[in-house]
Amino acid sequence: MISADLTIILPETLLAGFALLALLWAVYSSKDKAASAMVWLTSAVFVALAGWIASTGGGTQVAFGGMFVDDGFARFAKVAILLSAAVVLAMSEGYMSARGLLRFEYPVLVALSAVGMMMMVSAGDLMALYMGLELQSLALYVVASLRRDSVKSTEAGLKYFVLGALSSGLLLYGASLVYGYAGTTLFSGIIQTAQSGHVSIGLLFGIVFLISGLAFKVSAVPFHMWTPDVYEGSPTPVTAFFATAPKVAAMALFARVLHDAFGAAISDWSQIVALLSVLSMFLGAVAAIGQSNIKRLMAFSSIAHMGYALMGLAAGTVFGVQAMLIYMAIYVTMNVGTFAFILMMEKDGQPVADISALHMYAKREPGRALAMLILLFSLSGVPPMLGFFGKFYVLRAAYDAGLAWLAVAGVVASVIGAFYYLRIVYFMYFGDDNTDGLDGGKSPVLWGVLALSAAIMVLGIGNMFGVEAAAALAAASLVN
Amino acid sequence: MSVFAFYLFAICVIVGGLFTVISRNPVHSVLWLILAFLSSAGLFVLLGAEFVAMLLVIVYVGAVAVLFLFVVMMLDVDFAELKAEMAKYMPLALLIGLVILMQFVMVFGAWDASHEAAGLRAQVTPLDRHNTEALGLILYDDYFLLFQLAGLILLVAMIGAIVLTLRHRGDVKRQDVVAQMMRDPKTAMELKDIKPGQGL
Repeated sequence: MISADLTIILPETLLAGFALLALLWAVYSSKDKAASAMVWLTSAVFVALAGWIASTGGGTQVAFGGMFVDDGFARFAKVAILLSAAVVLAMSEGYMSARGLLRFEYPVLVALSAVGMMMMVSAGDLMALYMGLELQSLALYVVASLRRDSVKSTEAGLKYFVLGALSSGLLLYGASLVYGYAGTTLFSGIIQTAQSGHVSIGLLFGIVFLISGLAFKVSAVPFHMWTPDVYEGSPTPVTAFFATAPKVAAMALFARVLHDAFGAAISDWSQIVALLSVLSMFLGAVAAIGQSNIKRLMAFSSIAHMGYALMGLAAGTVFGVQAMLIYMAIYVTMNVGTFAFILMMEKDGQPVADISALHMYAKREPGRALAMLILLFSLSGVPPMLGFFGKFYVLRAAYDAGLAWLAVAGVVASVIGAFYYLRIVYFMYFGDDNTDGLDGGKSPVLWGVLALSAAIMVLGIGNMFGVEAAAALAAASLVN
Repeated sequence: MSVFAFYLFAICVIVGGLFTVISRNPVHSVLWLILAFLSSAGLFVLLGAEFVAMLLVIVYVGAVAVLFLFVVMMLDVDFAELKAEMAKYMPLALLIGLVILMQFVMVFGAWDASHEAAGLRAQVTPLDRHNTEALGLILYDDYFLLFQLAGLILLVAMIGAIVLTLRHRGDVKRQDVVAQMMRDPKTAMELKDIKPGQGL
């Protein structure tokens, strides 16, 4: 039994083993001199694992007595997590080593947090969920304060840690209430006990606490307070990482808990998730308007985007989960490109985060400005770009599930949110010409990622590169 | 008798927890915390889980609480200032606390577990095995995956502590064993022939 179980968690085992070996090797040999090579190696391992997971066949396998579930949904999320983490790692190498931040522990911590994320999306038990979540978050707290001589970076790490610990407390409290009701922590057991009787108020309370803890991890309003400060304080490549892979993992975990464990109480949690969704969309759209720091702006943008992804979940249907997965895949692709652009924003070797530095950027760098224009249109959901289709899917899922008010709210928030994306476009193309512009950003990796991401936003309109069909399969394997 | 012991320990846990939060002196807080730990160990003994009870005493009281005590005594934190800051938010905090408390009263007043829960729940004390043996079986067989993950989490905590605090300073002289062994009198010493009466 144990060898069959170990075969199922082989990708996770390999990644954890790789992290341990890399750590040992770096400690005993060359220390930080090998850090660059390790970043590339880790990135390559991520890509290789993603390819392997994507190529393994369908079907649902369960290991360790149901604690670990390997199904189409988990595989879809894992591929998205690993690929985005690989791209972000590759992007971070130049920036980090130029600022003396590149230490060999960085790729190791990212790899371990990826192990945590893979455990999260495969969790079939409340305890496994918690373990994966903590492994993921603990590594993230550390990389947030990687720039330890900066007050902002240490503040970001500390704030993230304290509030993260609080949210873990909420989550555990919810888990213990659910255990008290169901008598088991296995998702498969919980859903059976809930199906047989009516949903008792104790279980409902447990669900509320669990959702609060998870909402913190996806930074949904009203559990979003940490996001802008952490995004601003962390080193920019780390911010790019925060905005991509962990968001996919937390969102997938959200979907798995709600459908696998509480699938019998959809009408109960649907309204909670809908409320989180509508609050996130509006706060993200309105609060971003006043921001002049592009990292804070992206923080509010990610809050708003999480609102849309939650809208798909609130529908509580197979199509809703599919829409959420498609939305997250598109969101990650857009964000990776946008952060590649932000990483290129520097002047005399110093990173610049103020959006007023972008005045008339199009005149100096027409290619990059065009790519950013496409990404910003896509982020705001302007029709021809791929971002529009992501929004379209979640809106349709919400409408089909009878949440027409939520869909209307989503459209309104999207229109409000378009303002601050389009303001950057305005700065780049029609701003004042008297500010001294940005230089630097010669990195071919960043430029490549930006161009590729923008190209996907345009070329993906046809068939989304097969993501739509894959997401449909993944959603079908989760909801039954 | 055991009912009496249960209520005694339970009251001690609650009182200890309460005073941990409200006592003015942080050192007293830790002492109250130790009382809470010891009383919970007593509750575990009543349940028949003597191994967990001993662990609680040895690990939590013996190590963790003493560590807390050291940290509290070493850190120079101005608690009066912290309290003044807290007082500003106290009314709001009390309001939220009250609302949540009332909700909990509602929840636990109307608490009903699912019908299958009693059957699904793990046995508190195993019938056929020794306490420690049963715990080992759960930890290393049933929860093998979780146990390994916990190990990884601790590893991350250790790496994190090192990453955030270790600094390699250039001006510190470190021992280099090879360099020490390669020294010989020819390179390390210089012999001077001083005439009598000319030296220091």
